[in-house]
Amino acid sequence: MSISVKEVSDISEADARRKSPDYLDQLEAEAIYVMREVAGQFERPALLFSGGKDSITLVRLAQKAFAPGKIPFPLVHVDTGHNFIEAIHYRDELAAATGSKLIVRYVEDTIKAKGLKEQTGKNASRNWLQTFTLLDTIEEFEFDACIGGARRDEEKARAKERIFSFRDEFGQWDPKRQRPELWNLFNGRIHKGENVRVFPISNWTELDVWAYLKREKIALPSIYFAHERELILRDGHLLANTPVIEKDENDQIVTRQVRFRTVGDMTCTAAVESSAATLDEVIAEITVSRISERGETRIDDQQTEAAMEDRKKGGYF
Amino acid sequence: MGEKQTFTHSVIQSFKIKQVDLLRFITAGSVDDGKSTLIGRLLYDTKNILADQMEAIERASKSRNVGEIDLALLTDGLRSEREQGITIDVAYKYFQTPSRKFISIDAPGHIQYTRNMVTGASNADLAIILVDARHGVVEQTRRHSLIASMLGIPHVIVAINKMDLVGNSEDAFLEIAKSYQELAAKLSIKDLTIIPVSALNGDNIVDRSANMPWYTGETLLSVLETVNVLKDQNTEDGRFSVQYVIRPQTEELHDYRGYAGRVQSGTFKKGDLIKVLPSEQESKIAKIEFGGNEIEEASVLESVTILLEDDIDISRGDIIVSLNNSPIVSQDIEALVCWMDDKKTLKPGNKYVLQHGTARSRCSIRDIEYQIDINSYEKLDEVESLKLNDVARIVLRTAQPVAYDPYQKNRSNGAAILIDETSNVTVGACMIE
Repeated sequence: MSISVKEVSDISEADARRKSPDYLDQLEAEAIYVMREVAGQFERPALLFSGGKDSITLVRLAQKAFAPGKIPFPLVHVDTGHNFIEAIHYRDELAAATGSKLIVRYVEDTIKAKGLKEQTGKNASRNWLQTFTLLDTIEEFEFDACIGGARRDEEKARAKERIFSFRDEFGQWDPKRQRPELWNLFNGRIHKGENVRVFPISNWTELDVWAYLKREKIALPSIYFAHERELILRDGHLLANTPVIEKDENDQIVTRQVRFRTVGDMTCTAAVESSAATLDEVIAEITVSRISERGETRIDDQQTEAAMEDRKKGGYF
Repeated sequence: MGEKQTFTHSVIQSFKIKQVDLLRFITAGSVDDGKSTLIGRLLYDTKNILADQMEAIERASKSRNVGEIDLALLTDGLRSEREQGITIDVAYKYFQTPSRKFISIDAPGHIQYTRNMVTGASNADLAIILVDARHGVVEQTRRHSLIASMLGIPHVIVAINKMDLVGNSEDAFLEIAKSYQELAAKLSIKDLTIIPVSALNGDNIVDRSANMPWYTGETLLSVLETVNVLKDQNTEDGRFSVQYVIRPQTEELHDYRGYAGRVQSGTFKKGDLIKVLPSEQESKIAKIEFGGNEIEEASVLESVTILLEDDIDISRGDIIVSLNNSPIVSQDIEALVCWMDDKKTLKPGNKYVLQHGTARSRCSIRDIEYQIDINSYEKLDEVESLKLNDVARIVLRTAQPVAYDPYQKNRSNGAAILIDETSNVTVGACMIE
């Protein structure tokens, strides 16, 4: 038999000549749509804000989505206590400028309250411990949706995650039981205690984020641009020289002109040597760069091949 | 250093001069057809593989003793998949050329993963269907083509792969192309291109093949770069599902009431007469805003805010449509459904939540008219229930009226999902007829 379907009507010539939106307009429209779905489907959403360029992009998208109203959910920051001071200042200024409510919860407090054991030694990081603080924060405020800045081009496990990513009451992601995500019909129905992580810029690449920041003329924390800094040279990676990183005799202290490509926890975020002082120069450097963002600067993912997959299953962002 | 900067400059310039848009495409085929190799090849030949990714796959290729570098490893994602050597979910890859940005949607090809392919296909502008030149059109080809047609993917490329293994023979190609065209005649594929390729050797993927001088058509990448996506959009029927009502309620914006949503089809302009469904209230567009600034008009896929002249009661789930171009408003719906629940079956009498646009309504299944064998395309009558991956035409009745267009006329306003009321899982993909 043949499945009979009607022909789609042809559009007129005039319409065909219409100026087409460019890729940034398309990505922006999709992300705004996702933001509005969150506001429309959930009672207590939150935007996870780190001070990094991806979450800065999210804030701009949320502003556009709800203008002239304010962003209808709080910004939530899980502070490891190992953040760059520039990122923290930026965070506070942005929250004030957008009139958003800012909620900060500290990993330090979770460690004390739960008697958690921190990693020790030279590669110790609190990155993994953030998960506990995040889950406690979700429980404290009964957040039913948490918007995050993850992108699918970052990492293999992320490449398979939904835009609306369902988490059970323990915050766990189960890659085998993801909800089918059809068209743009996002299913955010959940039971009490469960929540959804939402990633509006899933389909953006690192370069798209930079291009958008430039187009929107968004100021960034200064550490994204080239500056002179004292660093720890360890296994070919340049780490900020800070008391929160334990050093040993193999570490070399050097002074270099660098910028950071991501601004996560200082203990697992490496710098790249660079002379790029403006957004244009950063974009130019990235365009020719032959190393992907996480490979270059995220030390935590390189430990095992499935590192991100394991962390996500445990409730990580 | 000087050379490097010149290169960068030219890349950036080309982005500035040319309008770069996005194309989403799905690749259908099994591991055996060389699907992952094809994607790997596209990324590799368009210079979209970064140094550390290349090193990682070189390492992995060595540890698995596959000899040469295995480009397929670029798209292998989760550990559970690597262990089994198959792709079990929908994976996304991103790459670009100077003229377009691409989102590659990779879905598994086996029949038990039909729901994954349907999921991937729902957002695709184009489908690449892989056929192994040694085997020609097989059951799987028929299945993938049916899904592409049913999901209304406007452009289909049939890539006849492994041409090197049939001696790059033109006759072999023509024979498979002919049998595919016979198959396509039973479906609704609006734009079909058939290309002989070898993903392993890179023939006719990005670069024209010296091994098949008889082929004078386009390469795979050239089709991907030039397909007109804008023309696929429904620009006639004004449809706008309200997602959220913006009410700042501040002193200066005391009476502001903006309807936030995305134009699903058609265009909307200031002064346009509109109707709100299902309530049938009429009004006129007072203003359209984007990011708080007034804009002239809003077209397909733009996320904007509409303000109306009259103070009428509108909330999430309502749809704003052009006054003289109304969708069908009904509680009785007939649809093709792909069933996606691996635990429970769909039976007449069952109740679900139907999500259409931003509206949700309870619904009950009245009848399974017939099931479609997705391999043979035969209609199966007197089917009592549907299990995972079954495709059927069903009749359902909703508690509230639904304002829809037929899916094949309007992909955005003809699509709906079924949600299980107790588990909250998405269990069905509906294409309203």
